[in-house]
Amino acid sequence: MAEKSKLNLNRVPIPKQAPDERKRNFNEVALGYTDEQALEEASRCIACKKPGCKEGCPVNVEIPEFIKAIGAGDMPEAVRILKNRNSLPGICGRVCPQESQCEMTCNLAKKGGPIAIGRLERYVADWERAHPEIREQQKGQVSSNSKKVAVIGSGPAGLTSAADLAKLGYSVVIFEALHVAGGVLMYGIPEFRLPKAIVQGEVGYVKSLGVEIKLNHVIGKIATVDELVEDGFDAVFLAPGAGAPMFLNIPGENLSGIYSANEFLTRTNLMKAYRFPEYDTPIQVGRRVAVFGAGNVAMDASRCALRYGAEEVYIIYRRSKAEMPARLEERENAEEEGVIFKLLTNPSRFLGDERGRVRAVESYEMELGEPDASGRPRPVRKPGSEFIMEIDTAIPALGTRPNPIIPCTTKGLELTKWGTVLTDEVTGRTSKDRVWCGGDMATGAATVISAMGAGRRAATDIDAWIKNHS
Amino acid sequence: MYEIFKREILVPNTVYLKLEAPEIARKAKPGQFVILRVDEVGERFPLSLTGWDKKEGAVEVLFLIMGRSTMKLSSLKEGGCIMDVVGPLGRPTEIESYGNTMCVCSTFGVGPTITLAKALKEKGNKVVSVMEAKDETYLFWEDKLRNVSDEIHIVLGDGSRGKHRQASQFVKEHLKSGNKPDRVFVFGRVFTMMECSQATKPFGVKTIVGLTPIMVDGTGMCGCCRVSVGGETKFTCVDGAEFDGHLVDWELLIKRKRAYLKEEAQAFDLWQPDNLRRIAELSELPGRVSVV
Repeated sequence: MAEKSKLNLNRVPIPKQAPDERKRNFNEVALGYTDEQALEEASRCIACKKPGCKEGCPVNVEIPEFIKAIGAGDMPEAVRILKNRNSLPGICGRVCPQESQCEMTCNLAKKGGPIAIGRLERYVADWERAHPEIREQQKGQVSSNSKKVAVIGSGPAGLTSAADLAKLGYSVVIFEALHVAGGVLMYGIPEFRLPKAIVQGEVGYVKSLGVEIKLNHVIGKIATVDELVEDGFDAVFLAPGAGAPMFLNIPGENLSGIYSANEFLTRTNLMKAYRFPEYDTPIQVGRRVAVFGAGNVAMDASRCALRYGAEEVYIIYRRSKAEMPARLEERENAEEEGVIFKLLTNPSRFLGDERGRVRAVESYEMELGEPDASGRPRPVRKPGSEFIMEIDTAIPALGTRPNPIIPCTTKGLELTKWGTVLTDEVTGRTSKDRVWCGGDMATGAATVISAMGAGRRAATDIDAWIKNHS
Repeated sequence: MYEIFKREILVPNTVYLKLEAPEIARKAKPGQFVILRVDEVGERFPLSLTGWDKKEGAVEVLFLIMGRSTMKLSSLKEGGCIMDVVGPLGRPTEIESYGNTMCVCSTFGVGPTITLAKALKEKGNKVVSVMEAKDETYLFWEDKLRNVSDEIHIVLGDGSRGKHRQASQFVKEHLKSGNKPDRVFVFGRVFTMMECSQATKPFGVKTIVGLTPIMVDGTGMCGCCRVSVGGETKFTCVDGAEFDGHLVDWELLIKRKRAYLKEEAQAFDLWQPDNLRRIAELSELPGRVSVV
């Protein structure tokens, strides 16, 4: 390794599949650092006295310490430090928005070259997966405390809280509605961004801590929250995710060929429709695809559509590029692969053929006006700008609302006006005794890592509460 | 894994299964359904609950063999297992003391109707049942339905019993001749539900139908099962599966149900050659299954 000058601002780029190649397969886009690349990137860390990165991390990973261990070539130590705070590093390293968290508060960010913390995190996690003996060695002995906690949902919030509670000696049962564990990590985020084998690896780790996962259990249907408490659970942590998709509410939206992003991604990721007919679940992706919305989910859906072989894939968004909520990296990936952005455009109705299939969308153009309640310029309709675009598939990706099943079946659970569960931000407590909540169900749609942070905080508070009450 | 306790081919291509699902059996109510996934590569699809047995820890379903998934499910033997059963999903039927009720059913709707009629009787309602089938060969569980009804009328498509060929014709005439049920329930084929709803509408008799659109997750997450009811979009899996038949947009429902016909045929064609033995075994069972 070359002698480093005081500040090296050249981030080591992560190798990726070339856009032309990757847009036709579902394999992972980013290939991960080699040992040499990881060492080089780790050596850029200046080990600040006041590390900003740590504060930027919702679960306070000891970032400088694990990077130091990489630099020293002590990978088992890097794993130990990382997993001390983060039970799902293989996932976070891939899907966390580091640029607005740890990498944003990295002291080198001010100079323009923050440490690629996410890529190093991923490197450590992948190393651990390739060395299962380390996982075994590091598994501490926990004495069981005979207290039981039920966790509803096996997404990032649920898995994190379950892992934390299991490490504290609780016997934890996760109730998952779908037929596999992982929640949005399995049904929502595509294989090319987060391979499902990685998710199952992390789920396997949580199980190895003694957590039981009951699949196919829709809480509110097969048992209510109250029944879980009656059955002897000392606490219940609600982490069922947001769930219910929002639509555009314009005429023609129920035509065939119009999928909510949730349905499109569930068919693709959970049900493996891209391997139809080997897998039974079909999907219909035509020549021209329009995705509505510009968040990360819209990017995922548009990039999936390309991989199904669509010739033209459009992101249709009513504001301008500056207001797009998607991560920059995801937007760039989509652009490189050939997704076409039609900005300042809003759909007004869908047109169908005689079989009830979508054949076109009518839209109009927008102009940016005065700032609205969110502080972003309000898009205003440009008169006389209506136009019709022929499409075969439409995918509204407009976010989600909380699923009503648990709120409707749980007495005494107060909700906010948005339908989310009223939750104390710090402790995760709800208005109901013995019931905590975290993740999208408490906050509305947010990130994987913020859900994990909520899982961690709830686990800490559940532990404190149970100790106080026994 | 969920064991198949019992399998019976009732009439051609109509299969009854009793499945191990103790927790679902404890909670199930009339009008609810389960989502199944037969094997690792299987799709998720809904089936109405026909009954349940808390003691045995089992739920019962009744379905028509329509394609690859239902053929796969039918070809599993007693003692075999299916991968996933989720439930009980959907809102239970609202069962009140209505007074005079009418329960109309065809094919796979016969099962849920028997459960419903029983529950309606227990609430003190008078139950007039109407059962529609193509012909005598397709008629099953007539006695079971009779046992939970005050009156039963059989309508056969070949006109061999009485003068009607469709349940909706019977319903129309029944209402015309001065009978006014306080509530009508219709389960089974979409056409039966649609035509019966159209028959009761001029008389202003509230008619509840159990819709069966395509579903994926079945828990309100994907919106695949959306239907239009009274001009509003509803998710069948969480808002239904039962709706006011006078308000349902039937044309939309039918078109959405037919959206994947091509893919379904393709999947079935590809599955068949590798599974001829399973299919052959199935067609040797009493009750017969005809393939293609």
